[in-house]
Amino acid sequence: MTTWPILSVVTFLPVVGALLIYISRGDDEAARRNSRWIALWTTLITFVVSLILVARFDSTQPDFQFVEKMQWLSSGISYHMGVDGISLPFVILTTALMPFCIVASWKSVTMRVREYMMAFLLLETLMVGTFCALDLVLFYLFFEGGLIPMFLIIGVWGGPRRVYASFKFFLYTLLGSVLMLLAIMALFWNAGTTDIPTLMHTAVPRSLQTWAWLAFFASFAVKMPMWPVHTWLPDAHVEAPTAGSVILAAILLKMGGYGFLRFSLPMFPLASHHFAPLIFSLSIIAIIYTSLVALMQEDIKKLIAYSSVAHMGFVTMGIFAGTTQGVAGGVFQMISHGIVSGALFLCVGIVYDRMHTREITAYGGLVNRMPLYALVFMVFTMANVGLPGTSGFVGEFMTLIGTFKVSIPTAAFATLGVILSAAYALWLYRKVIFGALVRPSLASIKDLTFRESLTLMPLVALTILFGFYPKPVLDMSAASVQQLVTNYSQAVTAIKAAALLQ
Amino acid sequence: MSFESAGYQLLPVLPELVLAAGAMVLLMIGAYRGPQTTGLVTGLAVCLLVATGALELLLPAGKLTTFGGSFIVDDFARFLKILALVGSAATLILSTEFLADPGRRIFEYAILVLLSTLGMMVLISAGDLIMLYLGLELMSLALYVVAASNRDNAKSTEAGLKYFVLGALSSGMLLYGASLVYGFTGTVSFTGIAAAAKTGSIGIVFGLVFLLAGLCFKVSAVPFHMWTPDVYEGAPTPVTAFFASAPKVAALAVFTRVTLTAFPGIVSQWQQIVVFVAIASMVLGSFAAIGQKNIKRLMAYSSIGHMGFALVGLAAGTAEGAQGVLVYISIYVAMTLGSFAVILTMKRGGQHVENISDFAGLSRTNPLLAFFFAMLLFSLAGIPPLAGFFAKWYVFVAAIKAGLFTLAVVGVLASVVGAFYYLTIIKVMYFDEPLAELDPMRVELRAVLAVAGLFNIFFFVYPGPLVSVATAAAKSLF
Repeated sequence: MTTWPILSVVTFLPVVGALLIYISRGDDEAARRNSRWIALWTTLITFVVSLILVARFDSTQPDFQFVEKMQWLSSGISYHMGVDGISLPFVILTTALMPFCIVASWKSVTMRVREYMMAFLLLETLMVGTFCALDLVLFYLFFEGGLIPMFLIIGVWGGPRRVYASFKFFLYTLLGSVLMLLAIMALFWNAGTTDIPTLMHTAVPRSLQTWAWLAFFASFAVKMPMWPVHTWLPDAHVEAPTAGSVILAAILLKMGGYGFLRFSLPMFPLASHHFAPLIFSLSIIAIIYTSLVALMQEDIKKLIAYSSVAHMGFVTMGIFAGTTQGVAGGVFQMISHGIVSGALFLCVGIVYDRMHTREITAYGGLVNRMPLYALVFMVFTMANVGLPGTSGFVGEFMTLIGTFKVSIPTAAFATLGVILSAAYALWLYRKVIFGALVRPSLASIKDLTFRESLTLMPLVALTILFGFYPKPVLDMSAASVQQLVTNYSQAVTAIKAAALLQ
Repeated sequence: MSFESAGYQLLPVLPELVLAAGAMVLLMIGAYRGPQTTGLVTGLAVCLLVATGALELLLPAGKLTTFGGSFIVDDFARFLKILALVGSAATLILSTEFLADPGRRIFEYAILVLLSTLGMMVLISAGDLIMLYLGLELMSLALYVVAASNRDNAKSTEAGLKYFVLGALSSGMLLYGASLVYGFTGTVSFTGIAAAAKTGSIGIVFGLVFLLAGLCFKVSAVPFHMWTPDVYEGAPTPVTAFFASAPKVAALAVFTRVTLTAFPGIVSQWQQIVVFVAIASMVLGSFAAIGQKNIKRLMAYSSIGHMGFALVGLAAGTAEGAQGVLVYISIYVAMTLGSFAVILTMKRGGQHVENISDFAGLSRTNPLLAFFFAMLLFSLAGIPPLAGFFAKWYVFVAAIKAGLFTLAVVGVLASVVGAFYYLTIIKVMYFDEPLAELDPMRVELRAVLAVAGLFNIFFFVYPGPLVSVATAAAKSLF
């Protein structure tokens, strides 16, 4: 087996693509076409390279693989990359969704195409890097660096209230993250290193655990987002261009959940255990409250945004249940939601490109003119509801089982969310797709083009495939999840035993 | 020679001597050949600064002292002197256009900058209070005059006068503090004070407070910051760039040296002062900048805030903290010079424009310029992976290790508020509709911006050298 730094290649390939676009000067039609094609090819090649990771990945190994380590900032802070069963699915999700985002922006973005494509490629590097980083400072670099391109994507190519939305997105996230930065510094001070694998095996004093957990929580809860710090998300989603919404929902939100899995549980098990009831409460509120809010929305994107918050509630609940099913379900739910919500935003983008409105009332009876669209949209709506046979069901079901073992009331309340999600999703589907086609503006609307089908069909296939056969994702993460849960429960049992002895 | 053996070698001050003599020669050239030599004098002045820097690097390694210990050349001094020289040289390059105006050909400008730089070098190497005062006054007197160098402009004259009056007041406070310290310890040398001031008697603490007040004025830290916005706005823009870079280096250097080498025994006494000043500067710098319309005033508040962040490292009172200060000030100088290169480019129809609204749509009319400025602003806000993030990283790590949690939390929260006003400028450049085209960018501005901008963007790739040099420099204080 060759030893080329495959993770660094996957991470930094998009930057190379961005540089290529930069070199191809000009702003005429030819230059725009060039930058689109360069971006598409870059993301496709990145995806293919990332598939090598899957092929070579040893899923029986719980530890980090493809590890690269180089001297970087000072002793204790190094350029350390690697993936395990928890992070690899997210890497693949990112590289797999990027080509769809580029294709989705093919026609709809006509202004400053070069910069747009460069921003997206840069964002891909930062997202992949976030999931691969095995050093806290490196992680923070990628995690926070992502704010810059996303800020520009929302602000430059966004809707009418883009300035408000982009500022809110940026400052909200930054505020959470700087507190995490302080916690990273405190961990550095405590252990003398920011190496993640080392820190996972370093016992952190109880008081520091509590504070550091809260600081990390501040960052990830905003990113996730959890109630009550979710308010930036609907604004950002509504104003962002279609591909921006896809990335936001499918990948950026997952960084929060990934952070909980990578840092909160393994490094601060006692604090995680201590604060689990808080997380459960916030998750339940998120599931029920934001589902109710979603019922009242008039904007399609906003409705899906609120439903994202609700679905992320299942993820946090599952993760902090600390059981194998809960954590594995959390991972699966995030992957599934990445595919489904990304696809839903693509669907919204398709009708938005035609009608230039996202008001639910502006639509109705689309099934008469767009049968194929109606079918595709139905698959994703059902997956969003969590219908058995779609990927959405597996994740929700597993997190509920995992939580049921730990806290029956939490699981019971969360189950209400399943019903509510059916309510708002089906209501949306009926309003937009069914009914008589009465609006004259809709009379000439066209069904999916070849390009649009090309973006949606693979996602339909994945949604149904993972619904019936979730094994590939679950197997990939199983060993790492098992190790995580074992370490976590050992730490918690030890502290309980110590408490009994006293 | 007995003169030399008594500790009065001239070798350690050789760079300063060359700089002083060179400045005199340039003065003669200017005085005898008239104002048409302005360009020549400025060019030679840059060469002189480079030569001084080279000499400084060629001095024997290790700690050199002379004049009975009142002049110290250690790694700390070398690091900061090079930085100050770079700042001064870059400012002179940025001033080319300002001096090329036929109505404003003042060759004295370059000489004053040289003399002020000489003052900074003396200040950075000061080993006792007398040398400190000499350096400080040489630096400041030259600065007062350059602030007013746009002689026909009321605002510039006002800036010079304001700076002078307030500067004289602060020098008075500093002198008063120095005399108290001398009175209670019986010595002016930093090592002597350190030996005498093992316990903080009330007299020494009084002296310390006045001494620090004078130094706070020079670094423009709250509550002695009032002059900064007015002087920054009123002074010609290249002069503002100068004020924001090299003198800040020297003032911060002496601040660090005095607190760490003269008062190491009473850390807890000055630590609370520095903590307060740092918090006040960060918070005021962040909030007061929000309402600004003029980019130079905004940069003034930004520099106040940044001095607050740099002082966070000093508040730790450790070698790590000093290292943080050094890394911070180096990166800060690069960011500031780059930003001022952009501000100097903002000309329409031969007229400088200074309002933030004038940046509207810059990303479409001058994409590369806007990109570099946006990266500099993100860096000033401390967003990774840009250099500004690493600057903040080192000072806050030092503060956390010293247990100054409140300071660290207030600091990062202030940086979020600060991010807001930097974002506002980026918003104007990227989201707003473009205005008329700018005049073409001059080549020297391009050069400064390219160096500063690329340093700022690519610092994270290879941060090792700067960090290790700063570590060695900080260790030489302890």
